[in-house]
Amino acid sequence: MEKITMAHGSGGKSSAQLMADIFGKHFKNQVLDKMEDAAIVEVTSGTYSIAKIACSTDSFVVSPLVFKGGDIGKLCVCGTVNDLLMMGAVPKYLTCGFILEEGLSIDLLDKVVESMALQAKEAGVMIVAGDTKVVEGNGGMYINTTGIGQIPKGREVSSANCAAGDVILCSGNLGDHHACILSHRMEIKNNIQSDCAALNDVVEGLFEAGIQVKAMRDVTRGGLGTVLNEIADSSGCRIELEEESIPVDEEVKGFADILGLDPLYMGNEGKMIAVVPADQAEKALEAMKASEHGKNAAIIGSVLEGEGTFIKTRLGATRRFDVLYGEGLPRIC
Amino acid sequence: MCVAIPGRVTEINGTTAKVDFNGNTVNVNIGLIEPKVGQYVLVHAGCAIEVMEKEQAQDIIDLFADLEELQS
Amino acid sequence: MNVKDLIDYLKAYNGRELKIMEVCGTHTAAIFKNGIRDLISPKIKLISGPGCPVCVTPTAYIDRCVEFARTPGCHLLTFGDMMKVPGTHGSLSENKAAGEEGAAANITIMYSPFEAIEKAKENPDITYGIAAVGFETTAPVYALLVQQAKALGIQNIRLITALKTAIPALKWICENQNDIDGFICPGHVSVITGSRIYDQLAETYRKPFVVSGFEAEHILAAIYRIVKQIEEGRGRTENMYKNAVHTEGNTKALAAMEQVYEAGPAMWRGLGIIQGSGLYLKDDYSCYDGGSHELYEDMELPAECCCGAVITGRINPDQCPMFRSGRCTPLEPFGPCMVSSEGSCGIWYRNLH
Repeated sequence: MEKITMAHGSGGKSSAQLMADIFGKHFKNQVLDKMEDAAIVEVTSGTYSIAKIACSTDSFVVSPLVFKGGDIGKLCVCGTVNDLLMMGAVPKYLTCGFILEEGLSIDLLDKVVESMALQAKEAGVMIVAGDTKVVEGNGGMYINTTGIGQIPKGREVSSANCAAGDVILCSGNLGDHHACILSHRMEIKNNIQSDCAALNDVVEGLFEAGIQVKAMRDVTRGGLGTVLNEIADSSGCRIELEEESIPVDEEVKGFADILGLDPLYMGNEGKMIAVVPADQAEKALEAMKASEHGKNAAIIGSVLEGEGTFIKTRLGATRRFDVLYGEGLPRIC
Repeated sequence: MCVAIPGRVTEINGTTAKVDFNGNTVNVNIGLIEPKVGQYVLVHAGCAIEVMEKEQAQDIIDLFADLEELQS
Repeated sequence: MNVKDLIDYLKAYNGRELKIMEVCGTHTAAIFKNGIRDLISPKIKLISGPGCPVCVTPTAYIDRCVEFARTPGCHLLTFGDMMKVPGTHGSLSENKAAGEEGAAANITIMYSPFEAIEKAKENPDITYGIAAVGFETTAPVYALLVQQAKALGIQNIRLITALKTAIPALKWICENQNDIDGFICPGHVSVITGSRIYDQLAETYRKPFVVSGFEAEHILAAIYRIVKQIEEGRGRTENMYKNAVHTEGNTKALAAMEQVYEAGPAMWRGLGIIQGSGLYLKDDYSCYDGGSHELYEDMELPAECCCGAVITGRINPDQCPMFRSGRCTPLEPFGPCMVSSEGSCGIWYRNLH
C-alpha cells in the first residue's frame, strides 16, 4: 500500500525519490533535468541568445500561518526570490496562487497579503498576476508563488560547477526556521525567531565584491546535509566540513538536543551556502558579513578531489554524512 | 537506547518544574526525583530522571581525574 | 590525563583483536556522530547491541497499535521513532495518511507521555493510547503516568506496552555469545537501575562492564577502561558516568516500577522470547492496559534478512546480504533496525552509504 506520507515532503531522500519516480519520468526535458533551484531558459532572437531568464515556483503550506519572525506571506515571497537568487538571477516578477480554506479569517488574509506586498517591495519584485480558489476545510491557507528573474551577463552559477580547491561559505546560523515552527507545535517556549528573509543583499554583496561565485544554494528543507550531498553529486567532488565552524545559535542547539534533532538536517528560510575559489574565500566572507542577512556568515568547509561528504569532528575524527532520510521526526528512544 | 539531556530547573510547581535548556523552557514532570531550583536535571521523555551534581564541563574534568585514580 | 592521551592510547593499541559491545542505541548514534571508530585502533571492534527499543519490537506490536488507532473514538500517541516501522497493514506513518482503504488513523507524535493526561482531561470521550516502548529509562516515566492518571481518576488512557529490561538481554548475549570481550553499559538505563546491577554479570562472566555517558570523552574513557581491564585480566563494573549514575540507581523510579509492573516474557526481534525481560501492568493497573500481552508474532522476513545477527552483533550491518544489495534501505526497510534513527542498520546506512 504505497501512499504519500509526510516524508515525501521533507526535502530529503523520499522527496528526491518521488521527484525522480513520478515527475522526472513524465516531465523529462533538458531544462528540468538539471534539477537546480530555478530553471534557466534563454530568450532568443533568431539564433542569438539575447537574455537568460531564471524561473522558479514554490508552494507554501506552513503551519502556523503566523510565526515569530514572519508569516506565510513573507515566506512565500522570500522562498521564491531566494530560489531565483541562487542561480545568480536578479528577481523581477512574481505571480501568486492562493488556496483558501473556508473559515479563514479575512483579517488574517489581509495581514498576510500586506506582508507579501512589503516583502516584495523590499526584495525588488513586482507581483504581477494572481489567482484565488476556495476549498472546504478549517480556515487554512496555502500559497504558491512563481518568480521570474534575469541573469546578468557573465554570471555562471550552478551546483555542477564546484571543483577541488573551492571553499564553502554559509551565510549564518542553521536551523532557526525549523526550530521556530517546531517549538510552536511542540509547545516549547523560547525566543527563537524564523530566519525567513530574502537574500538579495548577501548575493548582490558577493557579486559586487567581484567574487567568482561558482555555486549557491539556499539551505531550506532537508538542511545543510542534504544540500551539500546534492552539490557533491552534481559536481562529482568530495566535500569536507569542519564540525566546529558550522554556525548554530546556542538556543537552537538546546532546542535540537531536546528533540534529538541534528541542525545539519534542519530547515531554514533565509540561509544559503556559496562555493567560491579558495583565493577569494576571505573576501567573500567579508562581503557576506557586511550584509544584514549574512552577518553570522562563516567558512565551513572545502571541496576536494573524490566523492562523498564528510565532517571533521571536534576531536579530529572524519565521518561521512548523508542526506536527510524520512521526516526528521522528534525522537526520544 | 534513550535520549536524555541535562537542563537547569528554574521553577517548581508541585510535581512539575520549568527546566531551561539553553533558553528553551520545557515543563517537566519531577515525580521521580526531588530537585531544587538552580540544579541540573537529566530529562528523558518530558520527565526528570536524575539530579546532576555538576555542569558538563566539570563532569568531563572529573572524568579524567577518575581515570587517573583508576590507573594508580 | 586528557582526551588526547586516551586517543593516542586507543589508536596505538596493538594487542589481540577485541570485540566491545555498546548495548545502547544512543551510544551507537554518538559513536558515529563523533567518528569514534576513526579515533581508535582497527583492532578494537565496536559491536552494536540490541539496545534500541524500536529495533527489537515485533510486527504484532505495530499491528496492535494500528488496530487501536483505527478504532473509532481512539487516538494513538507515539514517539516519532515508531512511525516508520513496517507492520502487516502498513506502518503508523502510512496509516496516518488517509487512503483508498478508508479514513486516516488517529495518530499524533508526542514529546512526552504526560501530554496524554492533559488531552484525556480535555476530551473525556476519546480514549488515548500510548505506544509505550522503551527500556528501564522510559518504564518509570509510564509508571508515573498511570499512577497520576489513577490518582486523578482519569479512565480514558491506555498503555500499549512493549517495555523491556536490558539486563536479561545482556545475560542472554553473555550466555549465547562468548566472543564479546566487554560491554559499554547503557548510560541512561543505568541512571535508573544503578551501576551495581552489572556486578553479578561481571562476576559470572569475568568481563568488564563499564557505564558510559554520551559525550565523546565518556565513550572514549569507557573503551579505554574496558581495554585496560582486559589487559590487566580483570572483569568488573566501573562507572564512567558518575554525574548521573549512582551505584544504587534512582530508588524512587525503581519503587514506582515495582508498584506498577510485573515481569513477564517478551519477544525480542532477532533474539526470540526472553523470559522475565518484559514489563506488564499489574492487576491494580490493568484498566490502563491497551492489549499489551502476547504480541509475539513477527513478520516473515526474507530468508536473507540478518536482523537477528545484526542486533546481537554477530555481523556488522554491511555484511547482511539485504543491506549489501540495497534491498533493505531507510526508505524501504524490512527490519526496524533499518528504520529507527538508533537502529544499527539505519545508522550504518546513513553514515557509510
